[in-house]
Amino acid sequence: MSFKKIVQAVASATLALASNFTAAQENQLNMARGVTELGSEIYDLHMLILWICVVIGLVVFGVMFYSIIFHRKSKGYKPANFHESTKVEIAWTVVPFLILIGMAVPATSTLLEVYNSDDAEIDILVTGYQWKWKYEYLDEDGENISFFSNLSTPQSEIYNTQEKNPNYLLEVDEPVVIPVNTKVRFLLTANDVIHSWWMPELGVKKDAIPGFINEAWTIVPQEGVYRGQCTELCGAYHGFMPVVVHAVSQAEYDEWLSAKRADAEAQVAMASMDLSLDDLMSKGESIYSGQCVACHGANGEGGVGKPIAGSAIVLGDLTKHLGVTTKGVPGTAMQAFGSQLSDVDIAAVVTYQRNAFGNNTGDIVQPSDVVSYKNG
Amino acid sequence: MGDHSHGPAKGLSRWLFTTNHKDIGTMYLWFSFAMFILGGAFAMIIRAELFQPGMQLVEPGFFNQMTTLHGLVMVFGAIMPSFVGLANWMIPMMIGAPDMALPRMNNWSFWILPPGFLMLASTLFMEGGAPAFGWTFYAPLSTTYAAPSVTFFIFAIHALGISSIMGSINIIATVMNMRAPGMTYMKMPLFVWTWLITAFLLVAVMPVLAGAVTMMLMDIHFGTSFFSAAGGGDPVLFQHIFWFFGHPEVYIIILPAFGVVSQIIPAFSRKPLFGYASMVYATAAIAFLSFIVWAHHMYTVGMPVAGELFFMYATMLIAVPTGVKVFNWVTTMWQGALSFETPMLFSIGFLVLFTIGGFTGLMLSIAPADFQYHDTYFVVAHFHYVMVAGAVFSMTAAVYYWLPKWTGKMYNESMGKIHFWISFVGFNIAFFPQHFVGLAGMPRRIPDYALQFADFNMMSSIGAFIYGASQILFLYNVVATIVGGKTVSDEKVWDGAEGLEWTVATPAPYHTFEVPPKIDPAHAHS
Repeated sequence: MSFKKIVQAVASATLALASNFTAAQENQLNMARGVTELGSEIYDLHMLILWICVVIGLVVFGVMFYSIIFHRKSKGYKPANFHESTKVEIAWTVVPFLILIGMAVPATSTLLEVYNSDDAEIDILVTGYQWKWKYEYLDEDGENISFFSNLSTPQSEIYNTQEKNPNYLLEVDEPVVIPVNTKVRFLLTANDVIHSWWMPELGVKKDAIPGFINEAWTIVPQEGVYRGQCTELCGAYHGFMPVVVHAVSQAEYDEWLSAKRADAEAQVAMASMDLSLDDLMSKGESIYSGQCVACHGANGEGGVGKPIAGSAIVLGDLTKHLGVTTKGVPGTAMQAFGSQLSDVDIAAVVTYQRNAFGNNTGDIVQPSDVVSYKNG
Repeated sequence: MGDHSHGPAKGLSRWLFTTNHKDIGTMYLWFSFAMFILGGAFAMIIRAELFQPGMQLVEPGFFNQMTTLHGLVMVFGAIMPSFVGLANWMIPMMIGAPDMALPRMNNWSFWILPPGFLMLASTLFMEGGAPAFGWTFYAPLSTTYAAPSVTFFIFAIHALGISSIMGSINIIATVMNMRAPGMTYMKMPLFVWTWLITAFLLVAVMPVLAGAVTMMLMDIHFGTSFFSAAGGGDPVLFQHIFWFFGHPEVYIIILPAFGVVSQIIPAFSRKPLFGYASMVYATAAIAFLSFIVWAHHMYTVGMPVAGELFFMYATMLIAVPTGVKVFNWVTTMWQGALSFETPMLFSIGFLVLFTIGGFTGLMLSIAPADFQYHDTYFVVAHFHYVMVAGAVFSMTAAVYYWLPKWTGKMYNESMGKIHFWISFVGFNIAFFPQHFVGLAGMPRRIPDYALQFADFNMMSSIGAFIYGASQILFLYNVVATIVGGKTVSDEKVWDGAEGLEWTVATPAPYHTFEVPPKIDPAHAHS
């Protein structure tokens, strides 16, 4: 291949790559510019440093490859014998230092902006759990609403028995909903181990650490669904706790918020009602497939957790079953769901476990049973 | 040679009881190669699982055990002991000393390693599995939430730490006390210099690591709460302690690699190393800076902005001495009479790829940009460019460079070159695409990933398999050389090589420099 042909080949490959840069979807090569002002500022900073590195790299590698090509023993090149030059050495100490100052200036101003979470209109407390996120909208009147956001990708897709959907592993049962053009502050903490909340397109990443409350903020200018993941190793299912943010108009947000409040009230009302086996079973199934399935298996066969099918605890005394479900098992991955699920949900999922997978006990557990268990 | 000189003992006792720096060096090198294969096998399992989206081969928990053990075995079992082995072999021969200063301790510091790693590897067969919290073992995932095998992990780390500390004390004592008359500090080969500085780093930070794991032990078994917020402790404290060890550790790995290429590039450029003195000062500057930059691994933990700025500026500064080194190597090649034997190929591979890793390191130092890079595959790509293409390539170059001196046999040059090209191509196919998926949003340490990362992950796995397979060629070439390589008897195997090690017979006799060599006072460093 002639030199000219090589240059042409490299140029066309570069062009092909560059066209991919703008496409930014499948086989994305570069950081997304993001939708927020902050995200786009970070992107510009990233590109600035990248290009500076590319230029320095071209110079250094250019000199090196010139030597490799022309200063060869096999071509009879006679070696020089110089081994120092104070002037040159001072130059290549001072010049890089000046370039670094050039980088530090924009980096500092962007960093200060990242840290400025003042004057937020909405505060959302984000708590990392193994392996899900809890979102709590803090309300001045104490009417907080909160919910858990679980991975909604079915096990059948993860274990390759069903075709994977386009949002594979980046989808949740309940996303965080925020209004556009509003400064939202996230207060991050964790319940067990350290997690990290990352939203690439908003330019936000912050660790959620037990015992600490970290701050991050965003103003999303554009309605849409944004997807990210936990980025701090947090145990076996670290790869299975995505973050999904829905940015909606203020009107939609208000509507969503009041629906959430109404839903919370309905849950309270339901707690004092007697539910039918069918209702409990269908509710229980959906909770099982969100909360339990990863560890206990789609057919209750077990995995990380113990089997549910034929389990002595599930088939035996209800008190013990409720105890394990609400308080967890210390030292294992079994969590205390008493603080994560409502009494109705616990009643439903316990009923479901006692009647599914061939565990035909016929037991019906009502929300009131859970309440009285909790009250001792 | 004096009358008292004697050859090695016979049989197994030669290796168990030896105090000979060459024997111990050889054991370190073979041990580290075995660990390299073991750690590589773990990596192959990781890449096989990541070949396609979805869970295929292993469960997520086991995947985490693999990433953890891969990191621990490669860092503590493969790279560090390999350079200690090289130091054992070469430092006495480079400074004109008959052996290491503390030969019995030398034996002990090697023989602690195999049981240490046996203990670590045995955790794979324990109930609850091996450690699964990453080689950085952040609390409380590694304390309250760890499998019971964590206790064995802690004692394994203690064993490796003791071995490293003793090894470095030995190197410091040797370099300070055993130099031949006339071998002044500024005449020492750069490999000796970089190891001397590395040894000081090790003595300073390994005890810090020991402290961290001891605090974990206390938290797990004796009811303390150093790292548990619920008991008044602080999980972030763990990270500060870990990285106070961990960042110098990175330079502990790379500085001896700098030393190696600083020996090899001049030899095959047939020209003295450019800027010897500035190389020494740059190494010292990097070592100093390594102590004040640790929190750049922790930009997202929520440090105050002033702390964030300090660590960002300090980290950026490292680019200056590192740049000096790269410029010096390139200028050493400039107007040399270059030839491209296998050691030189691996050194040039080092120079190109390490520089790329240096650039991504500079990008990572920019705190606001790091918010996007942190804990993604971009970081994985970065540190494999410096650890594999940096440390491992230079170690490979060192083996090819000194193997004829060690064995008196020449390796197969064509096979060496093929090994280089397969390694180089395989490495880049494996790790270059990881920059892309990292920037596009793929977190590290996940066993399964979203569909848009599928193509590059498959590419990465294929590259990793190629790179892994090329090491079999390396093993074959080395063994074939030892068993039946062409005999070399020239003292100076390479025409451009400089230094005392090339003045002794080939193969290097069991005892060298029992009488100190004469150092020409007018002759510059080697």
